[in-house]
Amino acid sequence: MMSNQGARITQGQFSYLPDLTDAQIKAQIAYALDKGWAVSVEYTDDPHPRNTYWELYGNPMFDLKDPAGILTEINQCRKTFPNHYIRVMAFDATKGWESPRMSYIVNRPKNEPGFVVERIERDGRNQGYTIRSYATLKPEGERYK
Amino acid sequence: MTSPEHETPSETVTAVDLRADYAASGVGEVLDELDRALIGLAPVKKRVREMAALLLVERARKSMGLSQQPPTLHMSFTGNPGTGKTTVALKMASLLHRLGYVRKGHLVSVTRDDLVGQYVGHTAPKTKEVLKRAMGGVLFIDEAYYLYRPENERDYGQEAIEILLQVMENQREDLVVVLAGYGPRMDTFFSSNPGFRSRIAHHIDFPDYSDDELFSIAELMLADQNYALSAAGAEALREYISHRRGQAHFANARSIRNALDRARLRQAIRLFDGADAPLDATALSTLDAGDFRASRVFDGGIGQKP
Repeated sequence: MMSNQGARITQGQFSYLPDLTDAQIKAQIAYALDKGWAVSVEYTDDPHPRNTYWELYGNPMFDLKDPAGILTEINQCRKTFPNHYIRVMAFDATKGWESPRMSYIVNRPKNEPGFVVERIERDGRNQGYTIRSYATLKPEGERYK
Repeated sequence: MTSPEHETPSETVTAVDLRADYAASGVGEVLDELDRALIGLAPVKKRVREMAALLLVERARKSMGLSQQPPTLHMSFTGNPGTGKTTVALKMASLLHRLGYVRKGHLVSVTRDDLVGQYVGHTAPKTKEVLKRAMGGVLFIDEAYYLYRPENERDYGQEAIEILLQVMENQREDLVVVLAGYGPRMDTFFSSNPGFRSRIAHHIDFPDYSDDELFSIAELMLADQNYALSAAGAEALREYISHRRGQAHFANARSIRNALDRARLRQAIRLFDGADAPLDATALSTLDAGDFRASRVFDGGIGQKP
């Protein structure tokens, strides 16, 4: 039985929706900029949900005032890493928050092979579970082709 | 232009009230401010007013579905130093913002240094960084002719120009580029870069100020800083202006601002050295003839010195 047919990973906002169009991404960025959050673009090819350390693409864009500039950067990143996961983050530097307020995927590999559940036996035949992406069996940079 | 479509969308309006549009957009305030803040420059003000009218009409046409293409808004400002190019560009940015032609209305002012890199592969990221920063607003390139250096064929300026041209063409709705510089050198620049000339719709020429205009500018600057001229001081300043014009490195309003700064300096030392009684507010804020007459301009000028 397959419960998640396309094996699409669902991380961050809007991940159960169809992929955002550029106009929708622009509107989301405009919302973040209106709030004064710093928007940045990140990419990775390790889709594990616990992998929070994605690579930053370019510089964080503290000084940009308009979504068009950030969309240029996203498209540049898509061109460089067409088969990576790319997400847009909006960081709120206000005291008390100091954390990302938005995060959503804007690019994903054409083929997402999904995850395997692995069982490990521990002391006293206790069973532990973990998941592992099929893609990460290959070394970094060769995972999605 | 495009003819009215048969399948016009239902929300298109059938009549516009330009007056109401004008009042609602707040363009009037910007134009009034331009009138008040800038002395002289009649041809420039006329051009800006014409452009505002054109943009207003264009917007009305768009709301009726009569035009689909965003108009080309890139401009070039030519004129001698200190004729108010940057100030007008600032006003233009807020004008375009109020009419909805740029989304944010900020002005990013750059020169060659900000666009052109120092080694191979440095220019493109640098230029793109600036363009991204300017998106949603106006990119003001001061002394734009420095971008192009014909004497060095491996100059990186050409690369910056190509990127600029591409963005000026493809992302017309995202940013407006204003090139500024001194007249004759801009002409050479445009004739060697035909791509620029054809992509720039509005050429605005900034004339030099007359002596009377410069004097009014000086008065305005002083009033802003709560200074005033004594009768003799005003006379000295008028003479100063007519002397200064003929001398080297004359930069219109900027020269006047510098002259006033130096006069304030001399006034301060005069008050400091001569003060034996308490000074009142009038004494502290009055520039006298001596504060101007001590200037080098009156004995031959600064032309000889580098």
